[in-house]
Amino acid sequence: MEKTLDLFTVGESGIVKSVAGEGKIKRRLFDMGITNGAEILLRKKAPLGDPLEVTVRGYELTLRKTEAACVNMNVQAETATVAKENGK
Amino acid sequence: MKKFALAGNPNCGKTTLFNNLTGSTAHVGNWPGVTVDKREGVYKKCAELVSIVDLPGIYSLSPYTPEEVIARNYISDDKPDCVINIVDATNLERNLYLTTQVLEMDVPMVIALNMMDAVEKNGDKIDARELEKRLGVPVVKISALRSQGLSELMDKAYNESKKQRFGITVLEESNIAHLIADVKTALTGEDVSNPLFHAVKLVEGDEIEVDMHKEVLGVVEAFKKTFKDDIFGTDFEALIADARYKYISEHFAPVFERKTKEKFKMTKSDKADRVLTHKIWGIPIFILILFAIFHLTFSEDFLFLGSIFGLPSLVDLGMADPITEEPLTYGAKWLSVVYNGGVMSPGVMINNLWNDIMVGELFGWIQGLVEQSNMSDWAVGLINNGIIDGVGSVLSFLPPILVLFLFFSILEDSGYMARIAFILDRMFRRFGLSGRAFMPMIMGFGCSVPAMINTRTLADEKERTATVRVIPFFSCGAKLPILTAIAGAMVVAFGAGNADLITFAMYILGIVVAILSVLFMRSTTLKGETPPFIMELPAYHAPQFKNLMLHLWDKTKHFIKKAFTVILASTIVIWLLTHFSFSWKLLEDEQVNESIIANIATLLQPLFTPLGFGSQLGEYGWVFVVAAIAGLIAKENVIGTFATLAVCLSAVGGLDFGSLVLDAADGVDAVRAMITATGITGPALIAFIAFNMTTIPCFAAVGTAKGELQNKKRFNFTLLFWLVSSYIVGAAVYTIGSWWWTCFIWIAVLAGIVTFVVLRNKKLAKKEALL
Repeated sequence: MEKTLDLFTVGESGIVKSVAGEGKIKRRLFDMGITNGAEILLRKKAPLGDPLEVTVRGYELTLRKTEAACVNMNVQAETATVAKENGK
Repeated sequence: MKKFALAGNPNCGKTTLFNNLTGSTAHVGNWPGVTVDKREGVYKKCAELVSIVDLPGIYSLSPYTPEEVIARNYISDDKPDCVINIVDATNLERNLYLTTQVLEMDVPMVIALNMMDAVEKNGDKIDARELEKRLGVPVVKISALRSQGLSELMDKAYNESKKQRFGITVLEESNIAHLIADVKTALTGEDVSNPLFHAVKLVEGDEIEVDMHKEVLGVVEAFKKTFKDDIFGTDFEALIADARYKYISEHFAPVFERKTKEKFKMTKSDKADRVLTHKIWGIPIFILILFAIFHLTFSEDFLFLGSIFGLPSLVDLGMADPITEEPLTYGAKWLSVVYNGGVMSPGVMINNLWNDIMVGELFGWIQGLVEQSNMSDWAVGLINNGIIDGVGSVLSFLPPILVLFLFFSILEDSGYMARIAFILDRMFRRFGLSGRAFMPMIMGFGCSVPAMINTRTLADEKERTATVRVIPFFSCGAKLPILTAIAGAMVVAFGAGNADLITFAMYILGIVVAILSVLFMRSTTLKGETPPFIMELPAYHAPQFKNLMLHLWDKTKHFIKKAFTVILASTIVIWLLTHFSFSWKLLEDEQVNESIIANIATLLQPLFTPLGFGSQLGEYGWVFVVAAIAGLIAKENVIGTFATLAVCLSAVGGLDFGSLVLDAADGVDAVRAMITATGITGPALIAFIAFNMTTIPCFAAVGTAKGELQNKKRFNFTLLFWLVSSYIVGAAVYTIGSWWWTCFIWIAVLAGIVTFVVLRNKKLAKKEALL
């Protein structure tokens, strides 16, 4: 299934399919490792629902929903660890 | 002398390495972007002296933020003898992304694999030899924090610096390799240094590069017409970034051997985050932490034990004079350090120990010696009442400044500061800023100067200007004496209120004014889109004791140096101006009203009438004007000036100071003297604090603002902005405090301005839409 990163629920992960957006923002996303094929896990949302915290290439990154909307993703199944936590 | 540059991602330990190599005490923190300008130090343990340049942390050599441009220009134009690329081993892939870009430059290079201790602690392994083979440059495992592997690193770098290295690129395997080769050949023909690096940037369509090499641009443009990639089309920037990361995950990432096979592991840091950035509790916890910090620093009733259990004060116990509240015995004096109707918080204990016991006694003793000596009267006056009382009243605030600073350093070192940005971003966005702007703002509580410099991490020009302008509203360490001295004096003089509550409220007022000003600027003169917020959240780690002590020592050194230079000079000048008339006649203390300063300040006094410390204060009212002006040099001067003037006023006949003893250098007593002499009201005093907090900051901060804004018109406008906003805030505080109903007038005016701005913006938007 395909959707943009801002529509992910906490614990969902996926593979980057493409990155859209205006030059500066797109370049920053690339530089931070959000490129085609990178695996991203939505870790949590900030207390007011925005920005998001994701794990990408083994580190934690925060970005806003508006920027996450530039990232097209192929959705994967929920990863085991996070799903288990959410179950608690 | 050889020159080595330290380059690497933000927060990868560059500055820790820099401090370790050069023995400096540069500021280190655990959030991305502490170093925003390059700085130099000397390493002495090589065969010859080596100058080490610490570059700001960057993720890439893109042209989008000022610090990236600084680092990039330094490496390509200043030609260091070797670049030490620090790579955070715990975050290999993203760190090597920058490495692949630096590799393209014709400069000797060594990789320092930092944080190896953390990697090994996790049970993971990195094959450094294999990485070295694949990268083609030396790789050295180090731990900057524990000073491991540093001499090996420097030896390797020194060896490399004697060789010449030509740039190599990981884009060799991509489908634009021959385009890059063609452009490189063209650039080499033009005699450009670092041809490979510039070739890649030109292909990327990098703004800076396109301007620089217009003549070669044709080659790229011609190629782009014939080129079509299946995925990226002709988006070369995307194609190149993608190719880099692909190469890294295929060729470099395999050297990292993870112990656990789980892809997304829960670390300790994640567990801490589950509480600290919790959906519901995140914000209350943040507010609680801020309150706890202020409570631990300022409260004279620790944990509210005194109020809860109704503990007796020293006067109740018969251990202090009922009128002056001075402890009667030496034992009682010691007791008063830790207890007086409530247990003192640690911050206040240190403060009392420093002021009542150490500095108080020492200065009293020196003043006694001076008095007994056979110097002429005016010299005794200058030394005792000018210098010692002035500088002493400033030094007396060293403890709270240090304690507060210590807490902020802990927040910063632990990594919590970055989480605050994460939690608050949503709120900041409403004001047209990003959560990142929070960092320089909170730094403003320490000192405006580094805070303003730190705004360079903000990529958006308008966001930066707005942030620089409001930073002084975040009351800095030097303004703290104004707050505590006046709050303390108000509690004693009017018998009302609570000193730490007043102080806390003033901090909040500063923040509110900052928010309102940002909102106003972002919807009028500094309109623009909300800047993006894409930021790394570093892992939490326990603050390093050594690091904290370095921060504190640095701050202490800076403060004491300032006390004995700028502030000492100002107190002398002010004393002279208060003791000479226009006809250069030396005046007695009680003739202070005839002095030069009194005459000038009296002229300006009416200007401050709407703020409550103008004409209504009568013949001694000018003291507040003098203090505010002295504050433009350094904010510590405000209370220092009061201390100097208090002694003069106490000599004037007809003023009844009651129980007040003015022999000790005490800011609170100095303010009480001002209250007695002028009869200033509570609201006017609060307005005076508010005015000083929001007006033009000290010399140093104004100079920094000028440097950072880089535009004369914008800077002049900033000065005007500070003057106007402080005047308005002071007037609002005074009028509302004196006559509560005037708040309706202020609200009406505010509403009027808001409506006007909103309507005007709507009209402008409509006009734009029509175009």
